[in-house]
Amino acid sequence: MLIESGSPVAADTRIGISLTINGHRRDLQVAPWTTLLDLLREHLDLTGTKKGCDHGQCGACTVLVNGTRVNSCLTLAVMKDGAEITTVEGLAGLAGTGSNSLHPIQEAFIEHDAFQCGYCTPGQLCSSVGLINEGHARSRDEIREAMSGNICRCGAYTNIVDAIEDVMSQGGGR
Amino acid sequence: MNRFEYVRAGTVAEAVQAFAGAEGSRFIAGGTNLIDLMKYDVERPGRLVDITRLPLDRIEERDGGLRLGALATNAAVAYDARVQSRYPLLANAILAGASAQLRNAASTGGNLLQRTRCYYFYDTATPCNKREPGSGCSAIGGIARIHAIFGTSAHCIATHPSDMCVALAALEAVVQVSGPKGERSIPIADFHRLPGNTPEQDTNLKPGEIVVAVDLPARDFGSHYTYLKLRDRLSYAFALVSVAAGLELDGDQVKTARLALGGVAHKPWRNRKAEALLQGKPANRESFQAAADLIVAEAKTQGGPQGNAFKVELARRAIVRGLEQAAAGTPQSISDKRIQ
Amino acid sequence: MTQTFSSTGRDRFVGTPRSRVDGPAKVTGLAKYAGEFTAPGLLHGSVVSSAIARGRIAAIDSAAAEAVPGVAKVLTHANRPRTAWLDYNYQDAVAPPGSPFRALYDDKIHYSGQPVALVVAEDFETARYAATLVRVEYEAETPETDLAAAAGSAYDPPKKRNGIKPPPKPWGDAEAVFDTSAVKLRHEYTLAVEHHNPMEPHASTVVVEEDGSYTVYDKIQGVSNSQGYLASVFGLAKDTVRVMNPYLGGAFGSGLRPQYQLFLAMLAARDLGRSVRVVLTRDQMWSFSFRPESLQTVGLGADRDGTLQALSHDAVQQTSRFEDYQEVVVNWSGVLYKCSNVALTYRLAQLDTPTPADMRAPGAVTGVFAIETAMDELAYATGLDPIQLRLKNYTEADQTAEDKPFGSKALKACFAEGAERFGWAERNPEPRSMREGRELVGWGVATGIWESMMMQSGAHAILGADGRLEVGNSTGDLGTGTYTILTQIAADTLGLPMEDVTTKLGDTRLPEAPVAGGSWTAASSGTAVMKACRDVAEQAFKLARTMEDSPLANVDFERVAFAKGRIEVAGDPTRGVALVDVLRAAGVDKLEATAEAGPDKDFNAKYEAYTHSAIFAEVKIDEELGQVRLTRIVSAIAAGKVLNPKTARSQILGGVVMGIGSALEEESMMDTRIGRFMNHNLGEYHVPVNADIHDIEVIFVEEEDRANPLGVKGLGEIGVVGTAAAIANAVFHATGKRIRHLPITVDKIIG
Repeated sequence: MLIESGSPVAADTRIGISLTINGHRRDLQVAPWTTLLDLLREHLDLTGTKKGCDHGQCGACTVLVNGTRVNSCLTLAVMKDGAEITTVEGLAGLAGTGSNSLHPIQEAFIEHDAFQCGYCTPGQLCSSVGLINEGHARSRDEIREAMSGNICRCGAYTNIVDAIEDVMSQGGGR
Repeated sequence: MNRFEYVRAGTVAEAVQAFAGAEGSRFIAGGTNLIDLMKYDVERPGRLVDITRLPLDRIEERDGGLRLGALATNAAVAYDARVQSRYPLLANAILAGASAQLRNAASTGGNLLQRTRCYYFYDTATPCNKREPGSGCSAIGGIARIHAIFGTSAHCIATHPSDMCVALAALEAVVQVSGPKGERSIPIADFHRLPGNTPEQDTNLKPGEIVVAVDLPARDFGSHYTYLKLRDRLSYAFALVSVAAGLELDGDQVKTARLALGGVAHKPWRNRKAEALLQGKPANRESFQAAADLIVAEAKTQGGPQGNAFKVELARRAIVRGLEQAAAGTPQSISDKRIQ
Repeated sequence: MTQTFSSTGRDRFVGTPRSRVDGPAKVTGLAKYAGEFTAPGLLHGSVVSSAIARGRIAAIDSAAAEAVPGVAKVLTHANRPRTAWLDYNYQDAVAPPGSPFRALYDDKIHYSGQPVALVVAEDFETARYAATLVRVEYEAETPETDLAAAAGSAYDPPKKRNGIKPPPKPWGDAEAVFDTSAVKLRHEYTLAVEHHNPMEPHASTVVVEEDGSYTVYDKIQGVSNSQGYLASVFGLAKDTVRVMNPYLGGAFGSGLRPQYQLFLAMLAARDLGRSVRVVLTRDQMWSFSFRPESLQTVGLGADRDGTLQALSHDAVQQTSRFEDYQEVVVNWSGVLYKCSNVALTYRLAQLDTPTPADMRAPGAVTGVFAIETAMDELAYATGLDPIQLRLKNYTEADQTAEDKPFGSKALKACFAEGAERFGWAERNPEPRSMREGRELVGWGVATGIWESMMMQSGAHAILGADGRLEVGNSTGDLGTGTYTILTQIAADTLGLPMEDVTTKLGDTRLPEAPVAGGSWTAASSGTAVMKACRDVAEQAFKLARTMEDSPLANVDFERVAFAKGRIEVAGDPTRGVALVDVLRAAGVDKLEATAEAGPDKDFNAKYEAYTHSAIFAEVKIDEELGQVRLTRIVSAIAAGKVLNPKTARSQILGGVVMGIGSALEEESMMDTRIGRFMNHNLGEYHVPVNADIHDIEVIFVEEEDRANPLGVKGLGEIGVVGTAAAIANAVFHATGKRIRHLPITVDKIIG
């Protein structure tokens, strides 16, 4: 059903929402308890966005909502009705460089070996893009602090900072 | 996560009404704490009232101070130019907490209402008076290194985890709420509670009341301030002890001192006697130590290697250092982890 | 002499920095992990975990859960289908001695967090919700989870764990000589229980195929282990169970053994005849596999000049009630230092916890922290520089193995090059003597050591008519870079560009290889791939010689080179043929070979094989507040040949970061009243975040080793070993405070 302001939607009802995911508008029926993360992974098979802790404690689920990085695990999909979502699968498109090429941050992560197992990587990438969009972090110390919401158990942190610095020095890759 | 009804509110009145319309209603904005707790089955709302579409996200000038809309995100507040220039204490406190992602989602009102990080509160396998009144406090005699040293009760030793609220306490912010019986203002000092016999109540909000704004008074302590946070890693961790300090100086004499501590009590901890003690005193280490000693004299700790006795000395030293940073006009940097 | 792989003797890719071949898949989100594969009608399982640590389940009421629309079944011990009943059937390829844990087996509770029910539903959210409705009543007994309290009942494990060397027999008389030594130190050391916490939680997806066979995606460090386990537990023919795992989101040892989510997923899939996925929550990652606590005592007796005369290292380590998990904790002390009187003991004490598991450099992280901290203490006690002390007691032979020489040991070069890079000569050894503003500066050093091993391993190589090569085996790439180094080796061996080589891993249909662990994968899989490629090269050469007017007709195999997709006469590129032409002329669509590689028995009879490192750490500690900033690490590594300096460096960085966690942050806190780790999440179990990590410099020193044809010794573990000791020693240098119990948190510094 479609949602009306102020009217309760019963617990067993699917709610109609519309999201623009990686540039494509999707009209979806979601349960109120479906998180954005589970919507992406379980319902849309966009498994690039990772579930590392499901509690906002690791950052693996980071996506961009209207260009801002957030933890998709702590976001109810229904509450983002109308939003633009960018996941790791859509980063290349964000750079406007065509479907076969990579976003500069993706290139930089490969070049600087900024990952090992790859599981935190989608979150690190989206977080990096969010960080660059925010424009608050410039020095290495500031990048480290601003990327501290993304845990990498393989310990690629120094390479991640190198990759971000590299992209920022090339004009941000926006 | 339990099954719940969902209501999207368009106005504050609609939100308040929707809240009253079902058992176990919860307002939801950023969701960063509520959804977390729902996944742990700690929170089981009957109805979620989505307030994200209410027009409460503005940051406005008001009476020489600022009014922060309840839905202004933590990031929006921290990076607001007016907050940065006039209330850097608040900006720094917010930026010392959580992660960039969480700050982008978490709201001002939600930050006020976030719940304790006590291990036992979060774990439904263990008794907890805050979660299940009367079931007992597992933290007492258990793993209590993150727990409170001030204002505890025999029923709860949990702390309030917010950094933002510690700064708000030092700034003497006022919380504006709206509810079934209309609107009212609650000074931040009266907003959060001590656990006492009712640790299940974190705040003095009445059922159905919604936070609509936080007012920052004109006195901003924008020259002599710091937010010093000590924790188990250098970012993305809750405070073991944090200090929000604001001073107004007259030469090298303290005219006014504001001091609030985080990570040590069920609410941001202020000690008016210590602040009064500083008034008129030279802004030096000796005065700061006297104030710190006065504050920690009231501490009550949990023993054993997994206890929190260390927090007393840590708090004492942090208070002194925080006041020194404030007096010297060298506030703690967020990204350079060296403590000035 | 540098080892070479290509038949020309010139390696194009091996030994050079190369970006990960799996990089594009990982940065685009296309790399799929075990819990991300799907199937028509896939069911989702959610695990209900025990609230108590010891006792029994008095009753389980799953009616409310079963009543939720979409719930297919709630499996408990009361209704579980039968599986094998002998312990033997549950013992996976790397199981320690004992009776492996069986999920939902009976009403007994062995540890807190034990799975007691699996709720299976049509979608994930329904399963998770219904799991909260399962009511379990327990009859609880008092658990014992305090190692110190249980240490009195410690025992020498009667059955030794395969591959784990028990302590050697003592030599000399350590106790008597200790008593008469001029300098005597004896202290206790511990490090906290640590949990692996790979970023990907454990997950298994069991797909029921139309023919009744199973395709299983499992988070495991070697798919053959899961396949064998499933076959024996569920009585299945191996060829009906295909286990795959192309990518692992880290594991660090937690994925060596099949974990209970695999058992539960297959149990449900067989019971319901449908595909099932079970993913553990982050909190459930505390319900199996951890680095155990060890109570260690190190005694050092020395002459005043620092010459070691007596060395004892005793450890009591925790295990579960049902398995004698063992690791090598104390032997390292005997391997590292020359000493005539040595006594090493290792005993176990049983606690009501899950069985511990290998976690990156198991045993070495624990034991080397103790001995390397003790050696720093001895340096201070004797007034020697810590490096000098180590060089004074340096050994070229392994006393724990009848004085066999080391196959290679460039540890002296590690000290020299590391010290140079770090600026060690500038160090004032006096504690608290170096400071910057309000911070005390500390510099510490320690040695790292890990075994260099090789395991029996298969691999195949298939050269297609299009000139593209596929190589692979069943081992897993945990993020270690296995895909990349195997691609490099294969490309060099057949003279192909890396782009023309595809490496496949993590599939039981590929030749069998052991679990990826112990730092043995590069040597084992690398050698096997090289041999398979050599075989293909020889086949291609033989065909090339028989071609009409073959330019290679009268040339020996030893005199040809494989380069640019061609077989050429070495030194005369004009005389050669393209591989694609060889296959076309012979009318074959592919050339294929499977090879086996194993340890060199002759070498192993003569030599002992270890990797070594020297780690230098700088800390800056706020004198008043005790906040530690780890500002600099130099890790100098001697590990034989480095196949890919880029991914190799990352391996060491990762080890160092985990060592930093071990030293300063990581601690699973047990509430011994209830036998439960209480900080079971990533918010309260602190692993390093980006802000904690500053400059880490990795040096690979030259070291030639002949244990295997590649000359590699493995890099997965060595980066972590000794790192915590170097940091603890730096903390002492900064503060004058010796902290022997990790992690070094603020309470210990200011306390």
